[in-house]
Amino acid sequence: MLGLTVQVPTKVSDKAKPAPATAPTPAAEVAVGAAVAEAAPSRRAPKMEARGVNVFYGDNHALKDVDLDITVKEVTALIGPSGCGKTTFIRCLNRMNDIIEGCVVSGSVTLDGDEIYDPGVDVVQLRARIGMVFQKPNPFPKSIYDNVAYGPQIHGLAAVRDELDQIVTTSLERAGLYDEVYDRLDQPGTSLSGGQQQRLCIARAIAVDPEIILMDEPCSALDPIATARIEELMDELRENYTIVIVTHSMQQAARVSQRTAFFHLGELVEYGSTERVFTRPRDERTQGYITGRFG
Amino acid sequence: MSETPGRQTVAVTDRLNAGLKRRYAAERRFRLYGLISVALALAFLGILFASIIEKGYSAFTQHLVRLEIHFDPQLIDPEGTRDARTLARADYAALAKRAIGQLFPEVKKRRDKRALRSLVSSGAAYDLRAMVLDDPALIGATRTVWVPVDDDVDMYMKGYISPDLPEAERRLSDAQIGWVDRLVDWGFVEKRFNARFFTAGDSREPELAGIWGAVVGSFFALLVTLLLAFPIGVMAAVYLEEFAPKNRLTDLIEVNINNLAAVPSIIFGILGLAVLLNFFELPRSAPLVGGMVLALMTLPTIIIAGRVALKAVPPSIREAALSVGASPVQTVLHHVFPIAMPGILTGTIIGMARALGETAPLLMIGMVAFIVDIARGPLDPATVLPVQIFIWSDAPERGFVEKAAAATMVLLVFLIAMNGLAIYLRQKFEKRW
Repeated sequence: MLGLTVQVPTKVSDKAKPAPATAPTPAAEVAVGAAVAEAAPSRRAPKMEARGVNVFYGDNHALKDVDLDITVKEVTALIGPSGCGKTTFIRCLNRMNDIIEGCVVSGSVTLDGDEIYDPGVDVVQLRARIGMVFQKPNPFPKSIYDNVAYGPQIHGLAAVRDELDQIVTTSLERAGLYDEVYDRLDQPGTSLSGGQQQRLCIARAIAVDPEIILMDEPCSALDPIATARIEELMDELRENYTIVIVTHSMQQAARVSQRTAFFHLGELVEYGSTERVFTRPRDERTQGYITGRFG
Repeated sequence: MSETPGRQTVAVTDRLNAGLKRRYAAERRFRLYGLISVALALAFLGILFASIIEKGYSAFTQHLVRLEIHFDPQLIDPEGTRDARTLARADYAALAKRAIGQLFPEVKKRRDKRALRSLVSSGAAYDLRAMVLDDPALIGATRTVWVPVDDDVDMYMKGYISPDLPEAERRLSDAQIGWVDRLVDWGFVEKRFNARFFTAGDSREPELAGIWGAVVGSFFALLVTLLLAFPIGVMAAVYLEEFAPKNRLTDLIEVNINNLAAVPSIIFGILGLAVLLNFFELPRSAPLVGGMVLALMTLPTIIIAGRVALKAVPPSIREAALSVGASPVQTVLHHVFPIAMPGILTGTIIGMARALGETAPLLMIGMVAFIVDIARGPLDPATVLPVQIFIWSDAPERGFVEKAAAATMVLLVFLIAMNGLAIYLRQKFEKRW
């Protein structure tokens, strides 16, 4: 199952390497391919920086030379038609691509300035800092309590049972699920509805107190009401966490995100503030996609 | 041919209708074939069960004869020492012989006397000895004792020996049949539940033979098989499925495991004979060796079933565990393995059931020997249930036919119980989401 074939770059691609994480804001807006620079909408520093990221699945060049900054405590949306590489990119950020057979990642991804593809990096620790929520709700076939408590338990975050209870309660509260399940924490997580399951997965992700939450199409399996609930939640979570979300729905991207990146055929076509990308796209392809002419 | 816009033309509809009929007919035919196959399979199964039960049910009863035994001190303990060894060695057969002789005082000729005595099983002597050793105070007393009849008499009583046959063609003479009939008239012969069949080991005498020795042998052999095959098989499955890199070597291993599952079982027996017995010089006929051979045979089954069960665990569970920062081993131990466990257990039990029914490899390592004593450990010589059936089917005595069928019934009960357990476990622990 584990064919770890990650190539660690010895050198970051020599494209304009931005200043370290503490750099003043203008550097945070990165010129990409067709040079899409603009005045930064954000005054914040990048939390993660991707430089020259290439991903191959065997012979398939799935991601081509992607440079992208994830800004702290903002929601970054990755949009684009199916097969454009958004999911591939988001999985590069917590090295989930490591578990895919025949997947080769090159380039540089840093978290707070530290390269995450360095050989010395502990993937377990990395994933404790970068949580993930998947397309299909995937609670463990265990109780609601155990689903949330699992992460803190394996990382030893709670010394005593009371602490663990506290973490579980807080996480469920933050995920907006506590009021619905407080009286049945011992029931299987799989018995919840789809939207509740997804919020349980979010609670599970934030229980280990990560810095970043990656969401891979978290609402694609949910109905509009559950979707609205999760979008609301993302807005609240933005206070404390940096969020990256992959979505097929442009409306969703427009609603929840501050920054939007448009991918097409493995390339990052355009990246900027959500407002700007949706109102004044610079690339024809972006224009075509957001107006529904293709995709 | 009128053509209304938006409607099928008549030609298309006709052709479609004509085709429909054919398609429905084909479907009905296909279902019928299926039904016939199922009915045939059930019929054969029914015939198999009916014939086994019809042949075997009589083995669960046994005829006993009532004798007035005088525990003669002169015969048992002439010196009156009550020494256990003397008591054990005494001629108890003589007590039984005397008792049956007294019932028919008119029998005087030596040959006739011998014929009369042969109506009582030689097992009577063991029963009487057990009684005396149990309670030496019996010596000198007279007791009414029910002892087993000879297997030929038992067969006659169960209707397997017809008195209409010419005397030379049956195992009981006219005179013997006459005595038996008189005993029956007096109410001295009774049919009872054959407890000995479940508690005794093998014997040359059908009326004394039991399956307990084989059951114990099977138990020890399967215990060894389980202890070896389960951990090794499960670890191999987990490693190959979850951790091993995908390359030429693991491909080769996988192909070979699949091939091993198809190797005829006697090959494993030959392997056991050559390696375990001749090279490592392990004891012959021992359940330990039998279990090791059966473990080799069961391993591929467990590995394949285990891998299938692990593969069936949705990858989303692995991703979920990894994404909260579980290490690969934690992911497998905490999440994947528990979900796959019912499938692994089912595969193991089915593999064990196969091992329980296996005969050929055990013949090669000497478990086919005639063993009367009941094994007390996996190193004692023993036989197993299917081999016991094989031995009895081979025996010339009529009495063993029903024993073999009855032992088959017992084996089937064990097999059905094990498969039932497998189904129960799967139903109970299968998680759905």
